[in-house]
Amino acid sequence: MEKTAPRKRKIEVPLLVLTVPFFLIVVLFSYVPLWGWSIAFVDYVPGRSILESAFAGFKYFHRLFDSTSDFGTVLRNTLVLSFLHLICSPLPVLLAIMITNLRSGRFAKFIQTVTSFPNFISWIIVYSVFFSFFSIDDGMLNKLLYGTLHWIKEPSNLLSDPRWTWWFMTLATVWKTVGWTAIIYIAAIAGIDQEQYQAAEVDGASRFKQAIHITIPGIMPTFTILLLLNIGNMLNVGFDQYYVFGNALVQEKIDVIDTYTYRVGLLNMDFSYSTAAGIFKSLVSVILLFTANFVTRRTSGRSIM
Amino acid sequence: MNETSRAVGWKPRGWDVLNIVLLSLLALATMYPFYYIFIYSISVPEEALKGVYLIPRGFSLQNYVHIFKQDNILWAFFISVARTVVGTVLTLLCCTAFSYGISKRNVPFRKLMYGAVIVTMYISPGLIPWYITMKSYGLQNNFLLYILPGLMVAFYIVLIKTYIEELPAALEESAMVDGASYYQMLFRIVLPLSIPVLATVAIFNAVNQWNSWVDNLYLASDLKLQTLQMLLYTYVNQQTAALSMINSNSTAQTAFVMTPTSVQMTITMIATLPILFVYPFLQRFFLKGLMLGAVKG
Repeated sequence: MEKTAPRKRKIEVPLLVLTVPFFLIVVLFSYVPLWGWSIAFVDYVPGRSILESAFAGFKYFHRLFDSTSDFGTVLRNTLVLSFLHLICSPLPVLLAIMITNLRSGRFAKFIQTVTSFPNFISWIIVYSVFFSFFSIDDGMLNKLLYGTLHWIKEPSNLLSDPRWTWWFMTLATVWKTVGWTAIIYIAAIAGIDQEQYQAAEVDGASRFKQAIHITIPGIMPTFTILLLLNIGNMLNVGFDQYYVFGNALVQEKIDVIDTYTYRVGLLNMDFSYSTAAGIFKSLVSVILLFTANFVTRRTSGRSIM
Repeated sequence: MNETSRAVGWKPRGWDVLNIVLLSLLALATMYPFYYIFIYSISVPEEALKGVYLIPRGFSLQNYVHIFKQDNILWAFFISVARTVVGTVLTLLCCTAFSYGISKRNVPFRKLMYGAVIVTMYISPGLIPWYITMKSYGLQNNFLLYILPGLMVAFYIVLIKTYIEELPAALEESAMVDGASYYQMLFRIVLPLSIPVLATVAIFNAVNQWNSWVDNLYLASDLKLQTLQMLLYTYVNQQTAALSMINSNSTAQTAFVMTPTSVQMTITMIATLPILFVYPFLQRFFLKGLMLGAVKG
C-alpha cells in the first residue's frame, strides 16, 4: 500500500526502470553510430580515433563524382534496377484482381498462400533456388532443355551473363515479392463497397469492365502510396539480393550502392570514401521520401510517413 | 448493352478458364522449385545427376544423415536456432517492457523518448559507422552481435503500444487498488492479455532472425559463429571444396558419396523447413501486423 500522499507529478521509479534502460539501448544502437558520419569528413585510419584524424572537408564526396570513380556505374545500376521494379508494380495489382475473380474461395486461398511464400525466405535461399535451376553445371533447366530435350543449342548461363543481369534480377524480385504485395491489394479490394459490383452486374457490365471501372479505381490510393514509397526508396534497393547474386562476371551490372559501400568499405578498407557514399545515399533518400510524402499528401490527403 | 449481356453467358467462362490456367502456372512456378529441391534432397546423389524432374531417383535419407554428421553444419544450425530463440525472447521482453512503460502518462520525457524510437525507422547510420560502433562495443566475433542490436525495434513497439493502450484501463486500476506494482501488472495482467500481438511480433522476429546473415558477413568471421544461411551461401558458391571435406569426413565404410548439388539441396531444405512450418501462422499474423501498422501509419 502506498503510504505517501500522492502528488500530481510524482516520479515513479518502476516506470523509469521500464523505460529508461531500454531507451538507452536505442541510443546506443541507433543514435551513437550516427556519430560515425564524421568519418566521411576526415582521412580516417582504422584503429585511430576520428578526432585524431586529419580534416578532409568534402574531399571524399568530390571523389564520388570524379572521372576515376566507379560510383557512376553503381548509381546507374541502382537506378536501373529500381526503375525496373517500378515498372513491375502493376503486376501484383493484376495478380490480386485475378485472385479475387476466382469463383472458388478455396482455390483463391491456395494461390494466395503458395505465391506469397517466397517473401518469407532469405535471399540466400532464393539464390540457392535460382542456382539449382539456372546454374550451368547442374542446373535443372539446362539439364532439361539442353541435356534431355535438346531445345537449346548450348547451355545457358544466366547467372553470369551480364547482358541478362538486370532482367534476371527483376525476375527474381518479382518471383519473391509479387504474391505478398498482391495480398496488400487483396485487402484493399475487400474494402471496396460490394454494392458497386452488384449495381454493375445489374447493368450488365462484364467482369472485365467491373475490374476496370470499379476495382482499379478502388485500389488506386493504395497503389499510389506504394508507388510513391518505392520512389522514395529508389536508392535503397538493399544489399542482400545483389550481394548474393553478384559474381565477377556480372559485377559491372549488379553492383549497387549498398554492395558498393560494403566492397570499398569493408573489403578495400576505404572507410571515409565508403561512408561518404552512404551519406550521399541517405541524403538523397530523405529528399526523395519527403518529396514523395508531399506529393501523396497533395494528391490523396494521406501521409506515407 | 444488349449485345454485351448476351455475351456474358459465354465470355466470363472463357475469362475464368484463362484466369485459372495463368494462376495455376504461377503457383507452379512458385511451388515447383521447392518440390524439386525436396525430391533432389531425398534422391540417391549419383542417380540424381541424371536429372530429377517429377519423382525422386531412388529414395534415401542418407543426405540428411550425412549433413547432420558434419560438426560444422550441426553447429551452424545450432547457432541459427540459438539466435532465433534467444533473440526473439529478449526482443519481445525489451519491446514489451518499454511499450508498457511508455504507455503510462506519468513517465518523464515520455513523448521525447517515444518520438526518438519512432525516428529510428527512418534513419540509418549506414554500413561503416554501424560497423565501427559495433566493433567498439566489442561485438565483433561475439554471439551478442546477433542479439543486442535488434533488441529494440520501432515497428514492434508501435504495434505493442497501440495494443496495450486499447486494453481496458479498469483491469489495471483495480489491480492497483489491490496494491499491485507496475511489474506485477505488466507480467500478470498486460502480458497475458497481449498474447495476440506478442505472438505476431514473436513470429515476425523469429523469421527475421532465422533469415539473418548480413551481420554474420560484416562482423563475425569466426567460423564458430557462422549461421546456417551463411554456411549455405558458402556451400553454393564453393561447392567442390565444401564437398571434398564432407566426403572425406564421412568414413569410407559407407559407400555413400554426396554430390555438390545434393549437399546444396539438402541444406537449402533444412534452412527452408522451419519457415514452412510456421508459415500458416506467419501468413495470418503478418496480415494482422500489416493492418495494425496501416492503422497506426
